Amino acid sequence: MLEITNLTASAGEKDILKGINLSVNAGEVHAIMGPNGSGKSTLAQVLAGHPSYEVTGGTVRFEGEDLLELAPEERAHRGVFLAFQYPIEIPGVSNAYFLRSAYNAMRVARGGDEVDPMEFLDVMEEKLKIVEMDDAMLSRSVNMGFSGGEKKRNEILQMAVLEPKLAILDETDSGLDIDALRVVAEGVNKLRRPDNAAIVVTHYQRLLNYIVPDYVHVLAGGRIIRSGTRELALELEEKGYDWLLQEALA
Amino acid sequence: MSSEIEALVGREYQYGFVTDIDADTIPPGLSEDVVRLISSKKAEPTWLLDWRLKAYRRWLTMTEPTWPNVHYPAIDYQAVRYYSAPKTAKPLGSLDDVDPTLLETYKKLGIPLNEQKMLAGVAVDAVFDSVSVGTTYKAELAKHGIIFCSFSEAVHEHPELIRKYLGSVVPYSDNFFAALNSAVFSDGSFCYIPKGVKCPMELSTYFRINAADTGQFERTLIVAEEGASVSYLEGCTAPKRSTNQLHAAVVELIALDDATIKYSTVQNWYAGDENGVGGIFNFVTKRGKAMRNAKISWTQVETGSAITWKYPSVILQGDNSVGEFYSVAVVNNMQQADTGTKMIHIGRNTKSNIVSKGISAGRGQNSYRGQVKVMPKADGARNYTQCDSMLIGNACGAHTFPYIEINNNTATLEHEASTTKIGEDQIFYLKQRGMSAENAVSMIVAGFCKEVFKELPMEFALEAQQLLGITLEGSVG
Repeated sequence: MLEITNLTASAGEKDILKGINLSVNAGEVHAIMGPNGSGKSTLAQVLAGHPSYEVTGGTVRFEGEDLLELAPEERAHRGVFLAFQYPIEIPGVSNAYFLRSAYNAMRVARGGDEVDPMEFLDVMEEKLKIVEMDDAMLSRSVNMGFSGGEKKRNEILQMAVLEPKLAILDETDSGLDIDALRVVAEGVNKLRRPDNAAIVVTHYQRLLNYIVPDYVHVLAGGRIIRSGTRELALELEEKGYDWLLQEALA
Repeated sequence: MSSEIEALVGREYQYGFVTDIDADTIPPGLSEDVVRLISSKKAEPTWLLDWRLKAYRRWLTMTEPTWPNVHYPAIDYQAVRYYSAPKTAKPLGSLDDVDPTLLETYKKLGIPLNEQKMLAGVAVDAVFDSVSVGTTYKAELAKHGIIFCSFSEAVHEHPELIRKYLGSVVPYSDNFFAALNSAVFSDGSFCYIPKGVKCPMELSTYFRINAADTGQFERTLIVAEEGASVSYLEGCTAPKRSTNQLHAAVVELIALDDATIKYSTVQNWYAGDENGVGGIFNFVTKRGKAMRNAKISWTQVETGSAITWKYPSVILQGDNSVGEFYSVAVVNNMQQADTGTKMIHIGRNTKSNIVSKGISAGRGQNSYRGQVKVMPKADGARNYTQCDSMLIGNACGAHTFPYIEINNNTATLEHEASTTKIGEDQIFYLKQRGMSAENAVSMIVAGFCKEVFKELPMEFALEAQQLLGITLEGSVG
């Protein structure tokens, strides 16, 4: 589904990604772990096409297509979804309107028809259950005055509504208490299907107790320095990152 | 930031066409003779000519204000034509007499005037250059005792009302542009709602400038008697021309005890091109006087004009009167706007509410200028002001000039202000959810303006939202 080869990227003068190789197949969940400043969030943002980063080399193919050639909204239309680490506030725009606009933009881009507000409410009813949110959230402005947990749940709600092929979750666990973490993780699990995939970016192993990955990759200094299975994450929890960094330097 | 947020090329101004029609146009220039000529063309009574002449003589002694935060080449008042009327127009006739070319023009502007296709629930007075060419639903309104007609017609049919109220809120000596208007105004709309009557439909005036090098100087006068209420809409467009055109209007509102006047404007005069060539110079004086328990509410969406100079105000004369001002002002390309309001608290327990949203894009400069004045006897006066600015791109500007003068220490005032920049992050977020850059900007801007849009009548709110989308189209790459 996703094939990243020798990807390098910079922000301004600073090189951040220094040759990423990663291959993700349908039905898989990949965890990307690593210390702060290793480039995890940059990788997530680059895949979604954030304009602050410049891709300086390498290729990214998504279902055979050159992803880097596509505008951010085109990537979204192809089924790439980014759950933001810091969800953005949009004053005065109701969550319901925002979600419906996104839903309709995707439908139209894929050759379908827009749904009207009443039809969309039916769609929402079922989706809200996935993240245990009540419909009062729909009338509030997008992410305005939301708690940290509500913002993250709202990201997963968007994911549930848009049904992406590839979901990239950028530190979705940061700032969550244990109950919110469970709700968010269960939401993600409910959306897992054999024909979609997820990249879970996280600093802590904790999230992976809930969203069990097929593969774990450790990113440090802009490179993947180790790949393994779930056991690698458990080992990291026990021993920290330092031993891996030492090994990589040696 | 960013190649993303740049390159502001608005969609073609869609009302920029010119109607080819034979017009009775007087030569450029201004003198006492021109004032007399305009008055005689309208067969006005002597008292009105005298009033015009006083205004003209006063204007000669005045100087153009230089305090607004706008810059433009000096206006040559002798190069402007002060009167132009389509030859075939019959100002006092019925709609059946209106020239088909004019009907076609208004149809193109989205304002059908013929009886079968009239806008349901909205009575329209159509002003073309210097004259009103037709007013719809007059008979229907007359059943309620409501007068809605062109200003010229009102001068002949209801001279006692015009004499009583003309200049009663904005005297001819008020300011440079009001004096000029008082001397040369050619038409406009007059509305009169009798005691206790709630006007059953929206009243509206659609102003169209067509003739080249011609100024438009119209007056609107709305009188709501005790306990009456009315909602009035105003729309404006003009052809695309490479020279600037002058628009200097005066609007006076009188809300007697317990009356309510809601006045909404969508101003979409031609704004000039991306290099600032052409466009309307819009210098407008709008003011209302609210008597006991009366309420006057101004809502404006200002997207057009090269220069906007406009401060719709309320004199809160009566006890418990309420004044409101809701404004969205957008500048793009080289547009400049200096707009805001004045709330003058005279009566006790008077209340005013100001919500101003300024959006600046391209190289546009947007200034909010507002005055809140509490007079010594205005015990318990309250004002709330919220003034928000939004910047799109790096070359535009937002400025705020609030003036507060309190002469009574029982007054309560609140002022909130904010400046935000449409962030790349906001746009990226919406794009990541599948929306185009344009839809993203529209959504962010509509959210920003929501508190003002909800004050507009329904059909107008939609129009305003679309208009903003068009004005800002391409402002974000």
